[in-house]
Amino acid sequence: MSSPVPVPPAEGASDHPRTGPPAVELDGIEKRFPGVIANKDVWLKVEAGTIHAIVGENGAGKSTLMKTLYGMHQPDAGTIHVNGVKVSFKSPSAAIAAGIGMVHQHFMLADNLTVLENVILGSEPQKGGRIDLKTAARRFSDCARLIGSHIDPQRLVAELGVGDRQRVEIIKVLYRGARILILDEPTAVLVPQEVDELFDSLKLLVADGATIIFISHKLDEVLAVADDITVIRAGTTVGAVKPATVDRKQLSEMMVGFQLPTSEPRATEIADEIRLQLDDVVVAGVGAKDLVDHVSLTVHSGEIVGVAGVEGSGQFELCEAIMGLRPLASGTIRLGGRDITELTAQQTRGEGIGYIPFDRHREGLMLSAPLWENALLGREIEPKFRSGPFVNAAAIRADTRALISTFGVRTPSETVPAFALSGGNQQKLIVGRELESDPNVLIAAHPTRGVDVGAQATIWDELRQARDRGTGMLLISADLDEVLALSDVILVMYDGRITASLTPGEATPELLGTYMTGGEQEVA
Amino acid sequence: MDRAGWQRLGYTALSSLAAVAIAFVLGGLLLQVTGHHAISVYRQMFDYGTQPTQLLDAAKRAGPLIMSGCAVAIGFKMNLFNIGVEGQYRVAMLAAAVVGSALVLPGPLQILLILLVAMLAGAAWAWIAAVLKVRRGVNEVISTIMLNAIAIGFTAYLYNSFFRFEKIDSTGRVSLDVKTKPLPENGWIGSMLSTGNGSLAWYFVLALVVALLVWLMVFRTTFGFQLRSSGLNPVAAQTAGIDSKKMIIRSMMISGAIAGLVGMQALMVDEHSYRPGLASGLGFTGIAVSLLGRNHPGGIVVAALLFGFLQASSGILQIQDVPKSIVDIIQGIVVLTVVVVNGLVGRWLDKRTARGTSRALASETVAV
Repeated sequence: MSSPVPVPPAEGASDHPRTGPPAVELDGIEKRFPGVIANKDVWLKVEAGTIHAIVGENGAGKSTLMKTLYGMHQPDAGTIHVNGVKVSFKSPSAAIAAGIGMVHQHFMLADNLTVLENVILGSEPQKGGRIDLKTAARRFSDCARLIGSHIDPQRLVAELGVGDRQRVEIIKVLYRGARILILDEPTAVLVPQEVDELFDSLKLLVADGATIIFISHKLDEVLAVADDITVIRAGTTVGAVKPATVDRKQLSEMMVGFQLPTSEPRATEIADEIRLQLDDVVVAGVGAKDLVDHVSLTVHSGEIVGVAGVEGSGQFELCEAIMGLRPLASGTIRLGGRDITELTAQQTRGEGIGYIPFDRHREGLMLSAPLWENALLGREIEPKFRSGPFVNAAAIRADTRALISTFGVRTPSETVPAFALSGGNQQKLIVGRELESDPNVLIAAHPTRGVDVGAQATIWDELRQARDRGTGMLLISADLDEVLALSDVILVMYDGRITASLTPGEATPELLGTYMTGGEQEVA
Repeated sequence: MDRAGWQRLGYTALSSLAAVAIAFVLGGLLLQVTGHHAISVYRQMFDYGTQPTQLLDAAKRAGPLIMSGCAVAIGFKMNLFNIGVEGQYRVAMLAAAVVGSALVLPGPLQILLILLVAMLAGAAWAWIAAVLKVRRGVNEVISTIMLNAIAIGFTAYLYNSFFRFEKIDSTGRVSLDVKTKPLPENGWIGSMLSTGNGSLAWYFVLALVVALLVWLMVFRTTFGFQLRSSGLNPVAAQTAGIDSKKMIIRSMMISGAIAGLVGMQALMVDEHSYRPGLASGLGFTGIAVSLLGRNHPGGIVVAALLFGFLQASSGILQIQDVPKSIVDIIQGIVVLTVVVVNGLVGRWLDKRTARGTSRALASETVAV
């Protein structure tokens, strides 16, 4: 059982130069997963007693890095120093013992326990084999005072609002003696007033000498609260800046990169025919906030409409709503003039919409099934793949073989199980499956996420060919290069709304970056 | 099936055999510890069990287990744990016994009628659990266990209230008989093979046909594909447009319909009327059979025959003063070892497949 590590309060305000070793120093961190390099050459220097923001797009490698620091996995290369001492955490408990605490984006609280019980869960002070509730309560109030919270420890967590729950999470890590707190996207679930309260709490903590590592992609918040900012892009550190020396625009440029990809001029014309039309589509969330907030858009035949946005801005819910997988609160969806709002997922597919889902492993594939069965998924009711009640195995296997050669899926045969393929080849199989039937509309969500450059080129090429054949495409991507390379119209989604509409000519990564992080489009 | 597929099947069969062997070794240890000579007990069981009469008995016992195993396997294939086979076939037996004796159709139609009623009753009972799951999110494990208890109590209540008959025997004494009215003879399933003391009814063939049909349905039809997809990756299946709620209702009802046939050997071959305590425990053994058979009808047939053999050959044990429960214990250990061994072998096979694939690709690259 750990006890609070007493750390003397830091002297002076946080923007003063300080002596002593940095609270956290990462150097040359590299973390590989099979087929992916999540972090490479990452460095990070967090001074003690400061709020240090780590910004970057989703998928940039922030979470992987924080998991490394918190001991949830071990880096393949690089060193970690905490308070000047070289460490190597084998598990989160080792990190906790060293005074590091993590507040996860998704709360890990038991609803049916009281605040106090949740806080002490797993590190209960004991006296004579029983929980020493007095000591627990005293330590709880010490920790609560640190963040200026007056929460009643006897209340049930089930009765608490989101802001209070988050405070309980913070108290929980303080209770375990954390002096270095990692907060993973803490504001993602909060309304603006709660964000202000959170920041007040964090400032109190820092004044008391704690160090805070704050992960975010909301640049306004970062600029408002952080003492230092480290920017991570594509798994590597691109720079460390002081908020006073940068503005929002520069920061978003650092975050999304400067490179403007060469957009191949298209040879075909966009047709007048409207393929997909959304009017005022609303998808309700759990709370008061709508996940998709009055979205209207139009996709013509032979047109690619790109939707840029930080992940979790409502793109997933939008796609699911279009595909008939999620009910709409209001609004209509039309496919070539036909109202498909009320259709089931299977009927929607039957109308000729293909869908490249967000997460190929979760939503796209049956990993232990052979490729031909994966190629059949979602198309099993098409007449060409049926003979009576039976699956026409010969037809689908021939189709899969054709698909494998057309889309360059690297596999010995169509009977190999999907898990044996690399991510890029799995993705090519899904793209092939969805394009094979020449859909009227294709919803392509992150079509090239986590695939190598070669596979990306193949997939882009196939998407362009489908577009030239007349398919209307809604392209969702967090990868701005992809959006810029493929789209005829670029929409930006933020917080469930479409906040900007641009042509590829006027869109620049920095402009998109601004809109993606909450900047409003200044046009009439 | 291609070479890799056959190989995989071979390894799975081998690993199941190994698991059975391990179970026998553990059972043997238990016998030794309790003061018996394991090898001689096993030898006696084997010698006794391989006599023609006992072999027929083994096949006879296997029939209902094949049905029961197939019923469980259909649920397993889409991650539904239908523990309710027990209750489903009890309800089905009662319904079939009542309708089959009240309504008499000409010739073999009577057999079809009884089987149909049994399937409908089983499906209806399973439907309750499916609807509870789809509408209210009630876990099917809980609801089917509860429905088992309800089914057993409900059928017992019906007997005692509606199926009490006073019968007058040859000596003129009045006695109480608690059972349903007997089925007419054209509703009986006849014997197919018989030796001196034993016989095997056509029910066994029916069970094999059902296993074949289940295999066709699960592995060859479009519906079966949707069922397996929903089991392999429910999210992907749903994203692909497969309505999970419909799949749950349909697969549970099909499972229940097959469960309805489990008790038909006891009803249509042996007793011809339903009485309390007739054929019990087959639903639970079916879960073990399905696990041992890797939820594949072919494997289920083999597993059911093995269990039938064990049960038939255990007759000798009592004579040798060995507790008969040793067979139950071996059956239990078999299930555990199969789960463990198949898990290990499955993981090893997956790795092997992945390695084999990347090797095949590497050599292909060199060739190019």
